[in-house]
Amino acid sequence: MVEGKVLKVSGPLIVAEGMRNANMFDVVHVGAKKLIGEIIEMHGDRASVQVYEETAGIGRGDVVVSTDAPLSVELGPGLLKNIYDGIQRPLETIRLKVGSNITKGIQEPALSRETVWHFDAERKPGDRVASGDVLGYVQETEVICHKIMVPPNQSGVLSDLRSGDFTVTDVIGTLKKDDGTTFELRLSHKWPVRVARPYAEKMPPVEPMITGQRSIDALFPIAKGGTACVPGPFGAGKTVVQHQLAKWSDVDVVVYIGCGERGNEMTDVLREFPELIDPRTGKSLMERTVLIANTSDMPVAAREASVYTGITIAEYYRDMGLNVAVIADSTSRWAEALREMSGRLEEMPGEEGYPAYLTSRLAQFYERAGKVVCRGSDARIGTLSAIGAVSPQGGDISEPVTQATLRIVKVFWGLDSALAYKRHFPAINWLNSYSLYRNRLTEWFSENVATDWMELTSRALKILQEESNLDEIVKLVGMDALSADDRLTMEVARSVREDFLQQFAFDDVDGFTQLDKQHDLLRMIFSFEEKSRKAIAQGADIEKLVNLEVREKIGRAKAVPYKDYKEAYMQIESEMTDQINDCVAQSKEEN
Amino acid sequence: MIREYRTIEEVAGPLMLVKQVDGVKYDELGEIELPDGSVRRCRVLEVNGRNVLVQLFESAAGLNLADSKVRFSGHGVELPVSQNMLGRVFNGMGQPIDGGAKIIPDKSLDINGTPINPAARYYPSEFIQTGVSTIDGLNTLVRGQKLPIFSGSGLPHAELAAQIARQAKVRNSDSKFAVVFAAIGITFEEADFFISDFKKTGAIDRTVLFINLASDAAIERISTPRMALTAAEYLAFECNMHVLVILTDITNYAEALREVSAARKEVPGRRGYPGYLYTDLATMYERAGRKMGSDGSITMIPILTMPEDDKTHPIPDLTGYITEGQIILSREMYRKGYMPPVDVLPSLSRLKDKGIGEGKTREDHSGVLNQLFASYARGKDAKELMVVLGEAALTPMDRLYAQFADAFESQFINQGFYEDRTIEQTLDLGWKLLSILPKSEMKRIKPEFVEKYWPKKD
Repeated sequence: MVEGKVLKVSGPLIVAEGMRNANMFDVVHVGAKKLIGEIIEMHGDRASVQVYEETAGIGRGDVVVSTDAPLSVELGPGLLKNIYDGIQRPLETIRLKVGSNITKGIQEPALSRETVWHFDAERKPGDRVASGDVLGYVQETEVICHKIMVPPNQSGVLSDLRSGDFTVTDVIGTLKKDDGTTFELRLSHKWPVRVARPYAEKMPPVEPMITGQRSIDALFPIAKGGTACVPGPFGAGKTVVQHQLAKWSDVDVVVYIGCGERGNEMTDVLREFPELIDPRTGKSLMERTVLIANTSDMPVAAREASVYTGITIAEYYRDMGLNVAVIADSTSRWAEALREMSGRLEEMPGEEGYPAYLTSRLAQFYERAGKVVCRGSDARIGTLSAIGAVSPQGGDISEPVTQATLRIVKVFWGLDSALAYKRHFPAINWLNSYSLYRNRLTEWFSENVATDWMELTSRALKILQEESNLDEIVKLVGMDALSADDRLTMEVARSVREDFLQQFAFDDVDGFTQLDKQHDLLRMIFSFEEKSRKAIAQGADIEKLVNLEVREKIGRAKAVPYKDYKEAYMQIESEMTDQINDCVAQSKEEN
Repeated sequence: MIREYRTIEEVAGPLMLVKQVDGVKYDELGEIELPDGSVRRCRVLEVNGRNVLVQLFESAAGLNLADSKVRFSGHGVELPVSQNMLGRVFNGMGQPIDGGAKIIPDKSLDINGTPINPAARYYPSEFIQTGVSTIDGLNTLVRGQKLPIFSGSGLPHAELAAQIARQAKVRNSDSKFAVVFAAIGITFEEADFFISDFKKTGAIDRTVLFINLASDAAIERISTPRMALTAAEYLAFECNMHVLVILTDITNYAEALREVSAARKEVPGRRGYPGYLYTDLATMYERAGRKMGSDGSITMIPILTMPEDDKTHPIPDLTGYITEGQIILSREMYRKGYMPPVDVLPSLSRLKDKGIGEGKTREDHSGVLNQLFASYARGKDAKELMVVLGEAALTPMDRLYAQFADAFESQFINQGFYEDRTIEQTLDLGWKLLSILPKSEMKRIKPEFVEKYWPKKD
């Protein structure tokens, strides 16, 4: 154990001397209160330490003790349904222990030492096992069966393994390694957060992550194992989009990282999710959720650690062969924490004061996502999708964090304040957003939803583009100057925007839309277009067509509950046909 | 034992370097005794070996390197608190300046506070009726929310804040209510406006005032809002009161912070403001809220003037990323004479969805709110088009929307600073205005509510 003394204190950065034998990135305890810190630089016997807690009260000569271990998280049953801070301290346990404010230097194990889990062994003594092999199961929550695996980098012959009731620290078996040493197996193990967990092989993602959000699924889909970012100025609805994804995505486990954001937002998730029912499992959403909360009033250095803590936990569940989504709100705060530490280390700044290694750090984070063949003899497949919010200053996406992120991620959901002011939510701008997975996912959509899925969604994108071109003409010469066909284009585009893209997150029906319903909604809008175009060709009056009664019904169709919608749509279709035919007939009479 | 040092090495701007000190801790409070016996306060910014960099809270005038003495207190900056603070006036450093007796403290609290455990917060959801239609109806305020007012020079943000303080109430509740007001570098006149308004309405007895005027030391401003919030936390979480905190003007605070950062020669972020401005503002704003173990709450209304009315300036920008919405004042509305001149479209309350609806306000609130927003946005677009092309170029529907937008501005937004509207009055007015449009346009409202509330025309 290396022990040194504090020489310098400057905010979250301290410099300690007498640390020659400590390792880079070791966790240290600082001062009498044992504040947790991490060595980030060594100069001779001086170590620069970033401290994950408020450093007020630390002075020269205070003791700094190295723990000889890097910053790690504890992985095992009990992670789900929990809320942790940036360095995996359980916030609920802390609340019970010290009350509603977080005091300094508090240390609590991440996984409860008292909870007893029932473990069903699958392997038996004598079996040869390697890293990633499943030893047995623990039913962690009602929906997640937790696979207890041989930790990475361990292999050998099981000399002992038994079923029974254990706490996370009890020994459940022993592994006799090939070099003759033994390794004690437990329900939990530790893993350093800055190291990606190993897997056997990476694969290209080909399946969509279904979110029930129409603008995402239909126009800019994300694949399971993909990466996406949501940049937007304040008030554009980043957090609501992120919450919707956390609620409705068809994944097995969600890790939600609140990084430098509002405390009330985490509380919202914490209070709301247990009450929400996951439509796929029929159980509470909290059963599949892990929360990491480093709110903006918590120490800045722990913000940097929080995204790594979150993604490591996500990787662990991916290793069980599950589909996992990690949602980080917001990566800009993480970048700012990097900037602050970099400034205090007196490094040469890059763009806007951010350190030069910003891009590579962001890339390392997003590259931990993917679809992989996990280690272990059963070659199970797990996916890890990463979605990060970005909060560009002044909403200007030319700033370094957004630009660095865009170079890495494959899906860009650009939020637009102009849309938000009109209360068009989700305020995803259809003109500049993109998804590089669209083509790759075509096959899946045409097999599982409808063969014309791609055609319809491309058509929606195209008509929105046409609308923006026509809009410029309208601004110059007025709506009257448009031909009837162009008027119709404008009206259909409006219908796509208002009746399809706009989605009210807080409504029970509208908050989530099944894929087939999404398809039929679009189908209906375009069927109106086709029929109207024919009618115009036959001389029908455009003014009458756009004011048909049925259009209000199309507008309300998205709010029809899933079980009734087929019937309702049939009726709208037939009313539509009748009313448009009437229109044509009328115009013929008039002539 | 408290040691005294006569080893001041440097004084530059708000910073002072003291050499050869022992046992001094980061963030400790210090006192400087000048040769004439006067005492000034300072705080440790950096410990580097035996050198200590401190930040002065008052001006350095008269400070003499050879004869001044420095003592360190062994604790951070603290505020003595007690229920008797209500009705009193303090300076920016928490000392009484109203000529009254000294406060006999119940306890002394560190002004930096500690972060609230997110697992211990209650989600704010109790509707506060401010009597202002643009707030109650469209950007609803709830107990425990932090909702700033983004203003510009010359706009009547003070009148709006005073109106909120005067009219705010939670219906069907008779809990204890208090106001904590922090003047941060504002002029005497502006501070006096608030004080006389509080006196006129009798609210002064329930108010704690912290006053740092434009003429006071800029550097003191860094502590003023924290003093106010410490007092508010005490009243809210230990005395179970519902506290409304008004901080004005945050722009002056950020400028004081920039001054210290520049003196330290730190790498600046945007526009010379320090890179940690976000974190620093967050440690203040996040102190609002409700938490377990207490019935009280802190609702915060920070006021800031946007330089050049620019919403992307770092101060409003970073504030907007932390607070739960914003009320933006508009010069255009002000010129039209519509008071309070709220710019409705970019204003937002993030917590409104959980604070409105049946049992809280009225069942149709959410629908009416969305319909008003969408219709007003479309009406404004139509009006813009009308300016370029004339009224004849609009479709008949767009003409109705333009008409709606005008009526909305002159009736819904324009209510004056002394009209107190109940939420029902606000919603009914909303329906009345919406009825300018055809019923079939009410796509944002559930059909059953349209049937129930659509005004009957006689």
